[in-house]
Amino acid sequence: MSISVEATGDLSPEEQKRLKADLHRSLRRNKMKALMLVAPLIIFILITFVAPIGDMLIRSVDDTVVNEYMPRTTEALDDWDGQALPDEAIYAALAQDIIEGRKEKTIGKAAKRLNYEKGGMRSLLMSTSRKHKKIQPPYKDSLIDIKKGWGDIDNWKVIQRLGSPVTASYYINAFDMETNSDGDVSFVPPDEQIYLKLFWRTIWMSVLITAMTVLLGYPVSYFLASLPLKHANVLMILVLLPFWTSLLVRTTSWIAMLQSQGVLNDLMVWIGVIGDENRVQLIYNAIGTVVAMTHILLPFMILPLYSVMKTVPPSYLRAARSLGATPWTAFWQVYLPQTVPGISAGAILVFILSIGYYITPALVGGQSGAFIGNAIAGHMQQSLNWGLAAALGVMLLVLVLGIYGLYNRVVGTNSVKLG
Amino acid sequence: MALPSYAGPLERTWYYTFRIICAAVFIFLIAPILIIVPLSFNAEPYFSFTQGMLTLDPDAFSLRWYETFLTSDRWINSIQNSVIVAFFATFFSAVLGTLAALGLSRSELPFKGVIMGLLISPMIVPLIIAAAGMFFFYSKLGISQTYVGLIMAHTALGTPFVVITVTATLSNFDHTLVKAGASLGATPTYTFFKVTMPLIMTGIISGALFAMMTSFDEVIVAIFIAGVEQRTIPLQMWAGIREQISPTILAVATILITFSIIMLSTVEILRRRSDRIRGIS
Repeated sequence: MSISVEATGDLSPEEQKRLKADLHRSLRRNKMKALMLVAPLIIFILITFVAPIGDMLIRSVDDTVVNEYMPRTTEALDDWDGQALPDEAIYAALAQDIIEGRKEKTIGKAAKRLNYEKGGMRSLLMSTSRKHKKIQPPYKDSLIDIKKGWGDIDNWKVIQRLGSPVTASYYINAFDMETNSDGDVSFVPPDEQIYLKLFWRTIWMSVLITAMTVLLGYPVSYFLASLPLKHANVLMILVLLPFWTSLLVRTTSWIAMLQSQGVLNDLMVWIGVIGDENRVQLIYNAIGTVVAMTHILLPFMILPLYSVMKTVPPSYLRAARSLGATPWTAFWQVYLPQTVPGISAGAILVFILSIGYYITPALVGGQSGAFIGNAIAGHMQQSLNWGLAAALGVMLLVLVLGIYGLYNRVVGTNSVKLG
Repeated sequence: MALPSYAGPLERTWYYTFRIICAAVFIFLIAPILIIVPLSFNAEPYFSFTQGMLTLDPDAFSLRWYETFLTSDRWINSIQNSVIVAFFATFFSAVLGTLAALGLSRSELPFKGVIMGLLISPMIVPLIIAAAGMFFFYSKLGISQTYVGLIMAHTALGTPFVVITVTATLSNFDHTLVKAGASLGATPTYTFFKVTMPLIMTGIISGALFAMMTSFDEVIVAIFIAGVEQRTIPLQMWAGIREQISPTILAVATILITFSIIMLSTVEILRRRSDRIRGIS
């Protein structure tokens, strides 16, 4: 905001100057006041929300385990060229790290980290540390004697690579790539891909769910918008009640509806569409995820669509008809284009919500209906491969923010309204 | 949308087909909720209607799952936890969110777009990502598996709703009223409590209700940062569905549905009130 002070004949130059300065000061004070009001929440969000995500970003490239728990070996390996087996000095460093790590009970952590990178590293380190009494100079021969693996140059390359405190290995893993012993990165064979496939599935199932909500939500919104407000408000309860009902409650009721002894299958058996012995598997697969999530996200499509359709004057359609358009042409050429903002607002909302879903796919999706969120949770809780979970999380975050940013640029978010 | 008298047979057919389609979608929306209520009165430990229930045999219905629910320490404990966490999270969201909205509605505020984006980010970022990040960060701060941690996380998730609703209410707010208050000698604080706050109260309350619902319904963050002590209702339901699925869940669900009906009515009444004040309807 800029305010210019017009010079008038009544004020002397000094007075004008003072007036300008006063105005500036007061503007700055107002600016500070506004900032002071927003500051508490900004600080709160930065600490409780942004910092955790930043921390995860660091964790996805952070790799200090081997560096920290095998300090001598990693330092000694800095100058190793990787052409031939390391010399005695490096073996001595390793021997000391193993004996030291065994005493401090930290060698297991380093072994676990190395094992993520190359199977067998864990047992190599652990069984060497169990036989620590046999370790003696000359270390090179002694170690190779204890475990043949120490004579394998590839194992040394793995230790060298993980010795660096920053790693791309979680991302390499998350992009379904692998690093061979020479350090070259390539995609794994298509049938061994996990995460790219999962990302694809998450995206196309989210697209499918979004399309379903448009398909089901459009006629209902149109119907609601064309009713008198009194009736529309009553029917709106049918949309708002599921919207306000707990996510877990709705997911639970879909379990009751869809399971093989559930309401829907019972109904079909009773009508006679299917026999009692071949009940349809509607849950713990992709069908379960799509049906339940379409239901859960449908209100997010109907609400913005409805509010946009309310603003389209019905007289436009009548005008089109009176000018000779068929009902279809009138709808396609006159009505639909005016509701596009509503469709896009609803679609982006549903798509963004859907792509990050975790609870519903976990409860009704089974194997084939799992989303990328489930893989993240799995690595957080079961396999405890936190670096990989963080890398997958960052990839999902970039995807969501990218879509949101694109939408913001193309459409603008002012059309998204609450409730 | 009455059928015009000049409509041909094709249009007539379409008119009725269209209504049937809409009815089907409405049924799809409401059926899961309608089905869960009678099922919670099932006398048998099943998730489906028994023969007795379909013939309305009184013996096939019972309140046993409600009894299990109300006599279980775990469930009672989870109710307490949910209420405590939701109460504090709602309170802090409402205070912080309203203050921020007041700042955001001032035209002098610099970097408005960036700040708004930052403040509503908890609504856009998928919860699983936030939860994973908090899992590490909160344990570094030593507030993982504590009430403080859970309340802070839920407050962060609830504030965007308050910011959005209060900012929307403030966009219709007549700022000359504040100036009028000041010109009559009131201090800014006095003007805020006597003039501004009563007028934006509907926005604050409906934002706070959204925040409360978010906390009450939130399970993903709770999975990662709540300890056994802090088990909330959704967390207990989540565990119940995954471990031993019993109709107690359905009884809880029915109670929660009743709760959401109350919430929905409150929000609707508030919305109409604020529309009336603004002279929309």
